[in-house]
Formats: sequence, C-alpha cells, structure tokens
Amino acid sequence: MVFSVELLVNAIVSGLLLGGFYAAVALGLSITFGQLEIVNIAHPTFVIFGSYVTYMVYQGFGIDPVLAGIAVAPAFFVLGILLYRFYYVCFENTGQESLSGLAFFFGLMFIIEVLLILVYGVDYRLVSAPYIGQTWHLGFVEFPLRMTVPFVTAVIMTLVVYQFLSKTFIGRAIKAVSQDRMALRLMGADPIRIKQIALGIAIATAAVAGALLIIIGPVEPSVGRLYIGRVFAIVVLGGMGSIGGTLAAALLIGVVESFVSTFYGPSWAPAVGFSILLLTLALRPQGMFGRA
Amino acid sequence: MPKFWMAIVGVFAAGLMFTGLVDNEFYFFAAYVVLQGMIMASAWNMLGGFTGYVNFGSAGFFAVGAYTSIALHQAFALPLPLLILAAGLVCGAIGLATGYLTLRLKGIYFAISTLAMAIVFETVVNNWDYVGGASGVYVLAPEEIPIFDSYIKFLFMVMVILAIAAVAVARYLSTSRIGQGLAAIRDDELAAECMGVPTLRLKLISATTMGVFMGMAGAPYPFFVAFVDPISAFSLFIAVNAIAMPLIGGTKVWYGPVIGALILGITQEVTTVTISSELNLLIVGVVLIGFITLAPDGIVGLVERFRRKKGTNGRAAA
Amino acid sequence: MLEKFATKRRMLTLGVVLFTTLFLAQALTPPARAAEPIKIGFSMALTGALAGAGKAALIAMEIWREDTNKAGGLLGRQVEFIYYDDATSPSKVPGIYTKLLNVDDVDLVVSSYGTNEISPAMPIVMRKGLVFMALFGLAVNDRFNYDRYFQIMPAGPVPKVDWSKGFFDLAMAQSPKPKSIALLAEDAEFARNAVSGARINAEKVGLDIVYDKTFPFGSSDLTPVIRAIRASGADLVYIGSYPHGSVGLVKAANELGLKAKMFGGGMVGLQFAAIQKNLGPMLNNIVNYDFWVPEPTLNFEGVEAFLKKYQAAAKGKKVDPLGHYLPPYAYAYLQILGQAVTAVGSLDQKAIAEHIHANTFKTVVGPVSFGKNGEWAKTRTLQVQFRDVEANNMEQFNHAGKRIVLYPNSVKSGDIVYPYKQ
Repeated sequence: MVFSVELLVNAIVSGLLLGGFYAAVALGLSITFGQLEIVNIAHPTFVIFGSYVTYMVYQGFGIDPVLAGIAVAPAFFVLGILLYRFYYVCFENTGQESLSGLAFFFGLMFIIEVLLILVYGVDYRLVSAPYIGQTWHLGFVEFPLRMTVPFVTAVIMTLVVYQFLSKTFIGRAIKAVSQDRMALRLMGADPIRIKQIALGIAIATAAVAGALLIIIGPVEPSVGRLYIGRVFAIVVLGGMGSIGGTLAAALLIGVVESFVSTFYGPSWAPAVGFSILLLTLALRPQGMFGRA
Repeated sequence: MPKFWMAIVGVFAAGLMFTGLVDNEFYFFAAYVVLQGMIMASAWNMLGGFTGYVNFGSAGFFAVGAYTSIALHQAFALPLPLLILAAGLVCGAIGLATGYLTLRLKGIYFAISTLAMAIVFETVVNNWDYVGGASGVYVLAPEEIPIFDSYIKFLFMVMVILAIAAVAVARYLSTSRIGQGLAAIRDDELAAECMGVPTLRLKLISATTMGVFMGMAGAPYPFFVAFVDPISAFSLFIAVNAIAMPLIGGTKVWYGPVIGALILGITQEVTTVTISSELNLLIVGVVLIGFITLAPDGIVGLVERFRRKKGTNGRAAA
Repeated sequence: MLEKFATKRRMLTLGVVLFTTLFLAQALTPPARAAEPIKIGFSMALTGALAGAGKAALIAMEIWREDTNKAGGLLGRQVEFIYYDDATSPSKVPGIYTKLLNVDDVDLVVSSYGTNEISPAMPIVMRKGLVFMALFGLAVNDRFNYDRYFQIMPAGPVPKVDWSKGFFDLAMAQSPKPKSIALLAEDAEFARNAVSGARINAEKVGLDIVYDKTFPFGSSDLTPVIRAIRASGADLVYIGSYPHGSVGLVKAANELGLKAKMFGGGMVGLQFAAIQKNLGPMLNNIVNYDFWVPEPTLNFEGVEAFLKKYQAAAKGKKVDPLGHYLPPYAYAYLQILGQAVTAVGSLDQKAIAEHIHANTFKTVVGPVSFGKNGEWAKTRTLQVQFRDVEANNMEQFNHAGKRIVLYPNSVKSGDIVYPYKQ
C-alpha cells in the first residue's frame, strides 16, 4: 500500500470527521447510559426517527436538514421526558431496572422501527443540500462538506451539552443524581425532575444526530441496528459519565476505522474498533476518562 | 426427582410419536424454529437469568456454532451429531475464554463486551472465504436420511434431544449447590464474595454451558436453511429472542425459558403464516414491553403471584 | 283402448329413456371446475432489508394476476395468490413453503426475491418436483442443478461471470486499452459474487488488479475507501455494492474528484428512482448494470402499458415510483409461467418444465429463452451509462436519453463516453 503523507493526513482528517458524527449519535447515550445508567438500546432507533422527522420538515418546508433537526429537537425533548416518566413508573420505581429496563428498550426499538415502516415505508430517504457534494481543500487536505457540516454541528452540540452539564444548576444536578440521589434531594432538587430533563436532552440530541445521519447517507428504518454496537462501545470506551470522554472515544474510533479502511482493508475496520474496546475493558474498565 | 426424568422420557417419546403420526412437514419446520429458540433461551438463561449477567451477543455463539458445523462438514463430511458436538466444544471454549476475560467486569460492561465480541466474530466470518465469507455458502443435506423418512423429521428429533439436554442442564445448574451460588451472585455479588462463594468460577461454569448449548443450537442450522451468510446467521432476531423468551417465561427458574420459548416461538411461527407483515415485528416489541411492564418476573412470576394470593385467602396469617 | 295404452306405454318409455339419458349425461359430465381457482404460492420480502424490492415485485405480480383474470384466467380458472412475508429472513422460508404446499395446497409456486430467500426453498420444491420460477438470485442453481428451476434475472448461462462481461467488453474495446483495475465489493452476497465474476473477467483480459478489497455492509463513510482507490491509480473501477454503499461511493467519488476511465459495474441502487434523483449529475458517465431502461431499443410489447399500471398502483405505497428495475421482470416471470401452463394445458410440472426449456417466450422484457441450468440462454444484463442527468429531477428518468444502453449489441442505444473522468 502506498504510504504517503498526503494519504496519512487525509485518513486522519476523514476519521475525525466521521468520529464527530459518531459523537453526535453517542452523545445522547452518554447521558442516558453514562449518567443515568439507563440502558437505552433503542437510542439509535430514536436517531433514525429523528432522521425521518427531519426529512419531513425538510421536504415540507424546504429548510436545510441541520436546521430542520434543530427545529424538531424541542419536540424530541418532550418525548424524552415522557419516556422517562414511563420508564420510572414501570421500572425504577419498582426496583426492576437493568434486565427489565433492557428488555423494555428492546421492545421499544422494534415498535419504533415498525411504526416507521408503517408510516414511511421501506424505501430509502435522502436529502439534498448545497453543501452535499462539495469539498473544501486546504492544501492537499480534503474536507468533504457532507462530512464536515455534521462534524462541526456535532462538536458544537457536544460543547453545548458539556457546558450545560458543568455550568448550570440543572446540569450539575444531572451529574449529581447518578452519584447520590439522597444528597441531591437534600440539596432541594427533585431527582425525578432532574432525570427526566436529562433524558429529554438525550433524545433531543438524537433528533439532531438524525438530521446529520440523513445528510451523510440514505436512511431506512432498520439502519439503526448497525449503530447499536458502536454507540455503546464509544460510551464505554470514553468512560461512563464523561461527555468529553465520549467525544474523544468517538474521534478515536473514527480515526481507527479510517486508518484501517485506507491502509489495510475496510472489511476489518469494525473488528479493530471493537477489539480496542475489549482491550480497554480488560485493562482499564472505566474507560479513558471515566471515574475510577 | 424421578418425576422430571419421567417427563423427559415422555417428551422424547411424544416427539417420536409425532414424527410417526404426522406427515405434514410444515409442523416440523415450525417446531424446529421453536425448539431452536428454546435451546437458545435456556442457554442464555444459564448466565443471564441465573447470575444476572446479560449476554447481548447470543447470535455470535449461535453463528460460530453454525459456521463450525459448515467448516467441518466441508472439510471432513462428518455426520451431524459429531458436528453438533464439535460446535458445542468450540463455543464452550469461547464462552470460557471470553468469560474469563470479561466476567470480572460489572454487569453492564459485560453486556457491552458480548456485543463487541459478536461483531468481532461477524467480521472474522465475513472475511473467512473457506466458509463462503460474506458471499454466503450453500449446504446440501446429505443424500441418505438417517432413521426417518424425511430430513426435517430427523432434524426435528435432533433438536428435541438438544432441547431436553439444555433444559436438563439448566435444571441441574439451578437446583444444585451451584445454583444456590448463582442465585447468591444474582442477588448481591459483593455479599456472595464476602460469604466465600467462588463467584468467578461459578460464572465461568454458567458462561461455558451457555456457550456449549448456543453452539449446539447453531450446528444444525445450515442444514435447516440450505444457504447461510453472516448477515442472517448473526441476525439481531436471534439475539433478541434469546433474551425475550426467558424474560417472558421467567428468568429465575429453569422452566421459564421453556414457557417463554413456547409462547413467543409459537406466536411468531403462527403470525408468519397468517397476519404476515410488519405486524410480526410489532408483536415481538409489544409482547416484550407488555410482559416487562406488567409481568417482570415472567409468566412464572405471574403464576406465583396468583398462587400466593389464592393461598392466603381465608387462611390465618402464619 | 289398446291404442291408448300403447300410446301411454310409448310415452312412458320415451319419458324413461329421456330421463335416464339426462341423468346419465349429468352424472358423467365432470363437475364445473371453472369455479375453483388456481393458487400460486410464494414468500416475499415485505419487511426487512429487501422489502423495497419485494413490495415493488408484489405490485407487479398482482397486476399480472389482474390482467390474467380479466382475460379469463389460467386454464379457464381464476388465479389466486397465497403469500407470506419472509421478512428477508432465510430461516422463515422453509416453513412458509411447506405450509404453502402441505396446508394451503397451492397448485404452483414461485420464489421470493433474492438469493438468500430463494435458496432455502430449493430442497423443498426439488423434493416435490415443482417448477420453480425464481426472481433475481445470482447463480443459485450452480449448487442445486435442478432442471425445473428458471431464473428471470437476465444474467446469462454463467451468471457470475456473464454479469460483468459487458463492462469488460466495453473497456477492452477502447484504445488505448486500459491497464489496471480496482475491485471493490460490499460484504454481502450479491456484491461479493458480482465482483468475484469481475475478478475472473479481469484476469481473463489481462488487467492488472491494483486494488481488491471489501467493505462492511452499511458502512457510514466510504471516503477512505475511495481515497485508497484513487491512490492506486486504477484505470477501471468495478464495484459491487448495495444501495446504501452505492450512494456513499458515488458521493465520495465526486467529492474526492476520483478520476478513472470507467467507474461503476455492479452497484445496486443506482437503478432506483429516489436515489437517481438525489444523486443527479453525480451519476453522469457512470457505467453500471441495469435490466430495463426506457430506451427505444427496449420498448417491448406490453412494457409501456405495464409500467403505466405499475406507476399508478405504486402511488402512495412507498416503493420505487418508476418501477423500471425489478417490476417488469416480476411481471415477465409470471407471464412465462402462465404461457407455459396454457400451452401444456394442465398443471403437470414435468411437462411445464420441459415446455419452458424448449421454447422462447414473448414477455414485457422481450423474448426470453432459458439454458439447461435454468438461466437465460444469452446474457441480457445491460451495461448502461448515465448521461446529461439534471439535478433534482425524477421525471427525466422516465424518458429515453438519460440511461444509454451500451451493451449488449442487440439492444444498444448509443456509444460510450470514455473516459468517465480525466
């Protein structure tokens, strides 16, 4: 394989751009799973749902997909709140978490997928935007806008969430609630209200991630299944409870996949990414930036 | 408990009678799928239900069992029982090895690692051209059909035997001293450790037996379906059913997965040839959620609750 | 008095004879079986990965059923379908076909869509000696060697190799001849098989294979792959991919400015209306396989009328709105079955199979004749080049001029524009 600097730098850049997108998809799960310890295996399906709703808004109003995604995010926020309420009543309240919660989200995943099939059919949906198909060049480095716009959006979204979690009261309450519910209560915050806001934010990010997904490639209802493994791997690799860790892990996985695809053989890319995860779990189970 | 063994013999005999009396092959094809689900569910429950360590990658074990069977069949043309044993050994070893590496992790990390492993296996198989790789491979049933007059009847009896074995082992695990240790791990692993329960060893036993039976469930699959490719062998449906069936039936006991497999498996087979549409998928989802929210301990739990209510009616408090 | 009695007796005798005759006549006439329908059974991917194609095929098949029933049915009996969704899951297929045959008592069977869904049914139909019309599976019969299997996909007698033959014929006819080729396949059945055939063709014509890799099914971003291909400097790029991958590759190729003498080959999805509309001018000069395009050379009898019916029926069903790729073939394979049954005059599977082997059929996709292995006797996999495609316009694909048929010669509608991009 020809090994040139140009190829190397571009491979890294490609990897970072893709990793940014992965971070957008994993962000919501980082909150749900990382902070609240809710195993929402249906998160990628929510992302697909976000893709479809974005598509409808884009088709109906002719606005840019990213803006469409941001526009529907508040609705998804509400959806997240309702989801938490249901989950709380059925599971957390009765102490039946973990396994039952898992099964619940599995069931939810299928239900959402089927509803999408019933409403939208199984044909692929794609969007057009002026930047899809264009590439910026910085010297010999290439930035296809189809990947760059999602990358930038994802990084901004991650920063916003990060700031929210560290600087605002509610944000810090979210971080606290997973650590110590009782103490949180004593501080005057209602854990249930805090958690539902957290899940609301998580699902809202799924809407935006969905918009990014449909910019990058065609979407149909079962595409979500391809992301389940990856997003969990990223959250765990990054470290539970660390938003920055999720971003770092996503970028890492993106770069690794890009490297393997460029220089070795794309077919092995998934194995390498997940092998890194397994190694990390074996050597440093708390992930890169997780609490020890 | 001789009652159990009598029941086993009864089931085996019923299976044989079924092959003798019924000629309509449809029932055997449908029964094969239900039995496959039962074996996978019982196997999953050995680790997931008894110890609380959730295996997301059941399809990985199943597919490795299937591909082991394919590889050996192509290389040596071994008869099916040997292929099954080989698949069981290979997957048991994998269960042991991966268990050793990951069972020291907290519950949810273990689940993620099983998912990662399944994907790694799938990638390896995708690139293993001897068994067809991503192109898929055709497996033709042998010309001579042993014992029975049609191949599917033979496969059906094979699955009956495997299902009996899986359930018997599950029962042994849960009712023996090992089972008590497993229950202790499920309830509170830290406390169990403090009490001197050899948690890692017990978890490894569970993981290994789980691997063995999932591999054995996968071994006859290529002969059932004639064409195998990684996408269908590593299917999400197999993984979900392996979790859903025990959940529906009840995870804490050895007969929970059996009940769950019968209910969910038969429902799926019936809907495939009746309503037959997206609603099929919807049913799995709704049933899962329904059971999880209303009957978290599965059918077994529901029956227990019902019995308890009846039992304390009109009796003085003990 | 005696005459009256004689007359009475005569009348009585006449009456008895008449009555007996009528009674015997109706007792010996076979019961009117025109009322009992002919049942055709099959499984189809109505959910799961191949559902888009499966649903479109079903629409086409239902149009055939309506057309046939309006014209009086088959053998004077109305045609009825009994089908079940196999959810693109091979393990459901054996159960479905045994139910169709043993419980639903279907008279004829046809296949589901795609190799994965056709193969599991083979052992079952083979055991019952049934004619099996198959809808788009690549080289299924290579393993089974069943003499009653007929494949409507026009791959040709040696499917894997014939599939890409046109691409290579076109390439090597250029001067100067191209020297190197990059091969890329998505990790899934059809794509891999198409590329394995391309590899054989490439070696046959002495091309230097400078890149030969596969990529995971459903990969998110194919930019690194295209970059590696670009770095290899290959003259030709032959790709086997599924819709998701095809879109990603075409977009990446445009974004990275990939230069090659020919690009395309076995990319599924570039035949679908929604994808064509979205890719627009990015498709220009790509040479890819197709089965039917609205070029004047492919205007076979009945196809235009069929497509009008299909397009009307497809509205609102969320399937490919134009229906050029698969539906005409789904209609044609039932046409062939129907014509054979009518010609043979019964449901004798052996006779039907022999008839199909021995004859050429007139269908909406042109004249069809089968070889010994049930594949088309001559390949009719088109190599089509996209030209003058405008952005954001689906209707343009409903007319000639946007997909020029380069191969085979019998239906050629234009010459290649070569190179793809320089």
